[in-house]
Order: sequence, then C-alpha cells, then structure tokens
Amino acid sequence: MAEDDVLERVKKIVVDRLGVDEADVKPEASFKEDLDADSLDIVELVMELEDEFNLEISDEDAEKIQTVGDVITYIQSHKS
Amino acid sequence: MILKEKVALVTGASRGIGKAIALELAREGASVIVNYSGNKSRAEETASAIEALGAEALPYQCDVSNEADVQEMVKTAVKKFGHLDIVVNNAGITRDGLLMRMKEADWDAVLNTNLKGVFLVTKAALRPMIRQKQGKIINIASVVGILGNASQANYAAAKAGVIGLTKASAREMASKGITVNAVAPGFIVTDMTDELPEEVKEKMQNDIPLGRPGTPEDVAKVVRFLASEDSGYMTGQILNVDGGMAMQ
Ligand SMILES: NC(=O)c1ccc[n+]([C@@H]2O[C@H](COP(=O)([O-])OP(=O)(O)OC[C@H]3O[C@@H](n4cnc5c(N)ncnc54)[C@H](OP(=O)(O)O)[C@@H]3O)[C@@H](O)[C@H]2O)c1
Repeated sequence: MAEDDVLERVKKIVVDRLGVDEADVKPEASFKEDLDADSLDIVELVMELEDEFNLEISDEDAEKIQTVGDVITYIQSHKS
Repeated sequence: MILKEKVALVTGASRGIGKAIALELAREGASVIVNYSGNKSRAEETASAIEALGAEALPYQCDVSNEADVQEMVKTAVKKFGHLDIVVNNAGITRDGLLMRMKEADWDAVLNTNLKGVFLVTKAALRPMIRQKQGKIINIASVVGILGNASQANYAAAKAGVIGLTKASAREMASKGITVNAVAPGFIVTDMTDELPEEVKEKMQNDIPLGRPGTPEDVAKVVRFLASEDSGYMTGQILNVDGGMAMQ
C-alpha cells in the first residue's frame, strides 16, 4: 500500500473522529498534545483504524501510539 | 415491544434472576445470549423458552472470570447477531461463612465471579458498544453491598465493588453514549436463597417493609426499564429492588 494512500486514509479518520483541521494532522502531530485527544478518544481511534485497515492492534501496541506518524508506521509494517 | 432488533447478553441466565431477565428482554423483542457456567440443560431450557416467545437465543457456556473465554463469547455474539446493545452482568455465587473462618479460596471464588467477572464482561463488551456509539450495561449488585451482612464478607465486598465499578464505568463511558447502571436486589426467591437456613430466611423476611420476598420477575422488570430508552437519561445509578430493605 502506498504511503500517501495510508496517510490520506488515516487523516480522514482522525479529522472525522477528533474534529480537527486536516492541516494539523501531520506525521509529527501528537494526539494528546497537538490534537487534543484524551485516552478514550485514542482507544476509539485505534478501533476505527482496525476496521479501516482490517488489522488487530494489541493493547500493548495501542498504548505505544502517540503521534500520527506512529499510526502510519504501524500500519505500514503490519499490513501486507 | 420496546427492545426490537436489540441484542442482549445476560450472564448467568440458566436459572433464577438471570433467566427471568433473559425472558423479560426477549418478550420485548431482544435476541439473547444465554450465558451459563455449568448447567447446560437449564440454559437450553431458558433458550427454548425465549424461542417460544418468538425471539432468538444463543446458549453459551463461559466462566465470566476467564478473560480469554469472555472475549471469545462477546466476539461470537457480535459475529452471530451483528451487534451488542445490552449487557446484563448477573452471574454470581455465594460462599458464606464467618470472616474468622472464611477460606481464602471462598474469598477468591466470590470476588472472581461476582466482581472480576463484571469487569471482564464489561471490558469485552465496550469494544462493540464504542463502535456502535451506544450501549446499555446493567450490573446486578445486591442490597448486601449497601448494608453489609454477617457471614457474607466476601459477597458484600464484591457487591460493593460492583457498585463502585458501575459508577466508574458510567463516568468513563458517558461521552460515548454508553450508560451503566446497577440494580440492587434484596431477598429474592431463587436457588441462591433457597440454600439458606429457615431461621435466616424468616429473619430476612421480617426485615422487608413490603412484607414479602421478591421474585426474579420483580428484578427483571426494573432491568427491562434500564435496558430501554425510557431510562436514557440515567447513568451511574443504583436502583434498589428490595421491598424497602435499604432506603437511600
Ligand atoms: N437471590 C437473591 O436474593 C439475590 C439478591 C441480591 C442479588 N442477587 C444477585 O443476583 C444474581 C443472580 O442470583 P440468583 O439468585 O439468580 O442466583 P442462582 O439462582 O444461583 O443463579 C446463578 C447463575 O449464575 C451462573 N453462574 C455462576 N457462576 C458463574 C460463572 N463463573 N460464569 C458464568 N455464569 C455463572 C449460574 O450458571 P449455572 O446454572 O451454569 O451454574 C446461574 O445461571 C447474582 O449476581 C446474585 O448475587 C441475588
């Protein structure tokens, strides 16, 4: 899967779920610090990503996700 | 019918209060997962009674204190019915005895089934409920968790724990459209209370302002209310169904 494509799909979910500006959803953006998400928002986001990319993200891995970039890297490395 | 198209998981639905709840929800149109621990034939009886009401039923054996099995149960339910709208945490046991003589195993057994079980089933059910952005969780506590009871230190602690868990999860999940409430039954006629010595039963009955023990249906009707949209503006509440034993 092309990196851009993943980024676009992740962006859309983040924008929908967190109600933030698309321009703010950059790889280095931290969900909690920059995008104003609380831990429950992140849980919800992770579930939506699981549906979108047809993956199962373990609780341990989900806890490590802090930035938009973390999500992209995770999806790239777990999706064939 | 107020629960048409809804899917409900009722733990400990093979007998007693859980069975009455399963039937009550089915009567309102819900499909019901009839969880039980060992009593397959009784669970199948509950399931047949549900089907006789024209609703769907799935008997499912699973110890609520086993996380992997609980996860599997919820997954199976969602796979079969497509969603999960109502969870009633009803499975419970007693291992009564004086605190001084209470075995660690009796403490653990009661805490594991009655408190940890509620945590594990709730945790598993929250995934589909968050996805759906709605859900109703109803925990069966007990008047004993409010008033305490001699010879039931383990049970009282577990049920008081359920009340705290109800309030904490209600606060945590409110923003996601998921409500969590509890029912605290008093003295209800089931296998659980049938075991009690006659003099204990008599004494308990004398403590009930309404002058009679409750029936499983008395509890089930209040659960139906909490499972329906009629209680949409309630969360984190404990409703006593105890003939007036504990008045708050
Ligand atoms: N009866 C009362 O006066 C009273 C008062 C207050 C609160 N309550 C509470 O109401 C609930 C139901 O009580 P009840 O009187 O109906 O009890 P009951 O007649 O003894 O039935 C208990 C139910 O729980 C199931 N169960 C037990 N351990 C389980 C486990 N580890 N995993 C899954 N299911 C399990 C049993 O399944 P099997 O049939 O397979 O064993 C059965 O369906 C309990 O939480 C109890 O504490 C009862």
